Amino acid sequence: MSAHTHVEGQLPHEPEKATLEGRNKVLGFWLFLGGETVLFGTLFAAYLSLRDQVLEGPTANHLFDLMLVAIATAILLTSSLTSVFAIQAMHQKNVKSLIGWLIVTVVLGASFLGLEIYEFYHYVHEGHGFTTSAFSSSFYTLVGFHGAHVLFGIVWITLLIIQLSRKGLNVVTAPKVYVAGMYWHFIDVVWVFIFTVVYLMGKVV
Amino acid sequence: MAHAHAVKRYSGLMDWLTTVDHKKIGILYLIAGGFFFLVGGLEAILIRIQLWAPQNDFVGADTYNELITMHGTTMIFLAAMPLLFAFMNAVVPLQIGARDVAFPFVNSLGFWTFFFGGLLLNVSWIVGDVPDAGWTAYAPLAGTTYSNDHGMDYYVLGLQIAGIGTLIGGINFLVTIINMRAPGMTFMRMPLFTWTAFITSALILFAFPALTVGLAALMFDRLFSANFFDPTAGGNAVLWEHIFWIFGHPEVYILILPAFGIISEVISTFSRKRLFGYSSMVFATILIGFLGFMVWAHHMFTTGLGPVANALFSIATMLIAVPTGIKIFNWLFTMWGGSIKFTSANLYAVGFVPTFVMGGVTGVMLASAPADFQYHDTYFVVAHFHYVIVGGLVLGIFAGLHYWWPKMFGRVLNETLGKITFWTFFIGFHLTFFIQHFLGLLGMPRRIWQYLDGIGFNEMNMISTVGALLMGVGTILFLMNVVVTMAKPKNASADPWEDGRTLEWTIPSPPPEYNFAQTPLVRGYDAYWKEKMEGHKGMTPAEPIGPIHMPSPSILPFFMGVGLFVAGFGFMYAPDWGHIGALKTGHFIGIIGLATTLLCMVLRSMIDDHGFHIEEDEILKDLGGKA
Repeated sequence: MSAHTHVEGQLPHEPEKATLEGRNKVLGFWLFLGGETVLFGTLFAAYLSLRDQVLEGPTANHLFDLMLVAIATAILLTSSLTSVFAIQAMHQKNVKSLIGWLIVTVVLGASFLGLEIYEFYHYVHEGHGFTTSAFSSSFYTLVGFHGAHVLFGIVWITLLIIQLSRKGLNVVTAPKVYVAGMYWHFIDVVWVFIFTVVYLMGKVV
Repeated sequence: MAHAHAVKRYSGLMDWLTTVDHKKIGILYLIAGGFFFLVGGLEAILIRIQLWAPQNDFVGADTYNELITMHGTTMIFLAAMPLLFAFMNAVVPLQIGARDVAFPFVNSLGFWTFFFGGLLLNVSWIVGDVPDAGWTAYAPLAGTTYSNDHGMDYYVLGLQIAGIGTLIGGINFLVTIINMRAPGMTFMRMPLFTWTAFITSALILFAFPALTVGLAALMFDRLFSANFFDPTAGGNAVLWEHIFWIFGHPEVYILILPAFGIISEVISTFSRKRLFGYSSMVFATILIGFLGFMVWAHHMFTTGLGPVANALFSIATMLIAVPTGIKIFNWLFTMWGGSIKFTSANLYAVGFVPTFVMGGVTGVMLASAPADFQYHDTYFVVAHFHYVIVGGLVLGIFAGLHYWWPKMFGRVLNETLGKITFWTFFIGFHLTFFIQHFLGLLGMPRRIWQYLDGIGFNEMNMISTVGALLMGVGTILFLMNVVVTMAKPKNASADPWEDGRTLEWTIPSPPPEYNFAQTPLVRGYDAYWKEKMEGHKGMTPAEPIGPIHMPSPSILPFFMGVGLFVAGFGFMYAPDWGHIGALKTGHFIGIIGLATTLLCMVLRSMIDDHGFHIEEDEILKDLGGKA
């Protein structure tokens, strides 16, 4: 329906919004993120209402190591910055730089995930299992949902890197990259809330 | 780029499994939703037969619990929602002058996840472990302590899978309505059904994720021994109530708003008048959607949230009566002075108005927290919500079925049979539920499977059962109408009611695959009516005739649904099915199912869909043939 009206072989200014399909994708993804906000909002609400129910397990104050979490936070926030660089590279139609920054983003995301897995492993050894208490169940569910989102993002962006290297940048791949960037920022914002509500507030006795 | 436009176009069963055409997906939703409506209706009739006489033992207490749980769950999630999605699919793109929805692939995926979720839920009947904790699945009753067979697992997983379909369907319609409107189709020129579909989709977007979390938490509690809702491990049973109703109350408006839209279209068409107070209708719809998120705790007045919370939620609930009242008066004023044609569709619409008012009035009664302590958990509540859901939504669906049937299938339903169906169903409905108000006021609790003789419940229950059977007869008559009509030739004209006001009546019944040979130019509200009044035969085209780009069909959505269905089974039965090596067999199957779905997602992402073009000569042939 929407004939691509740009000159053959030349990418339009904002390739992610050049076609109706692209604009649909971007709008649809904004709406999806609206739904995701409710999803995480509900998880936060459940966590906040259950976080004092520790039973015999360790308390949040005893458990959390802010140093580790701060490093993880720094890594994830940096990955958000690198994803911005990727989108900038896309707007400059620099595919090589785009792929490079996406790879950096994925590596940072994977490091964050590695730290989180180490953290969970550590907590389980401290006697903070998934079934220990209502606090532990809601903690692992909230933080785990976020971790699963990070994992999904890593797989997704990796697939996009493969596609970009095979098909290059065009009006089909550009919206995909743009939308993945939005997703990655969203994950970061959620993490900022987790860092504040779960970890920092957990340290306040 | 020289890519081939020759795409395999399937026929027969494969066509239906792979279709991404919104009109065919609408029909699929109609068939699946209709099937589940019959299942839920059968459950309702069994419930009423059990209550036919005091201390009846037609079904046992356990079976009775299963019947009421599955009746509620099936009717809300698997019958009402998909039937509305059927109309949204069949009508919304046509009403806004679009060739398809924004995401045809996602549309198909939404249908198949709904379908396999519903199937999973109902397989529980065959297996024999049926959900039995009520459609609200209150904790701790729904937890493993009190429901230790697989019944509630079916509920949790089935609804989770079906919910994915609903959520992506909602997003799809939001984007479709925002981005795909024809030139000139501004927001304040959109037909009211499209408006209600739009607001309902927004409600779906913001309400369903809460259910997703609630079901996930309950699933973790049941399958992985988490402690969200188990008070002995620090969990909080009231948390479930909050999460469920934060979803559940908007859900009620998700259901009723499209029915309001259908009624508005039907009444306006058959009164042959512009809808009275169109702008106030639009704003009332938005206001109801907004307030719908502020009233969830009115389901929890007796939970003990305290007088302040109860008072606030009570007031917020009563406020909803204002925009709803605006709508009622607008329908009345639309009919006022119109030359009304009482077709079967219009009979349902006109029958809807007083019936829904009755449901609304009992709603305001229930909204008063002190009074609710008396009504709570009695048949008064049962009567109330059946008045709004059956008397509101189901009458709306029947009105829509009769109204848009020719557009969907190219054949007009038999009017005589339609009118007989209406009276049978309408009288049956009031016979069933009107009397239940009084049963409730006399103190009959809901959800009981037997009552004693000699406390004055006998006659009223018997009357109610007779009414339910009459509604069953009405439904069978409708099915007969469908069969009779389908045997007739496909000869409906583009505008079979001759008074069509909106864009769907400007194109053939059923429309060609591409809907509009030329995108129409919309010059006002009631776009087609405006052209008719100005003496034009049809719409002014906004573009020349040319090749039309179409998306390719795909089997992937079907397999994504299958994958989730299989995964649901695997995780559910993991404790029972032994081990493969270190891994439980069930988990192994579950992972295979999820991997299938993910693999399909990867394939969808990696393989570009170039679609195909319908060429100019094919379009011209269609135009010539239908002229």
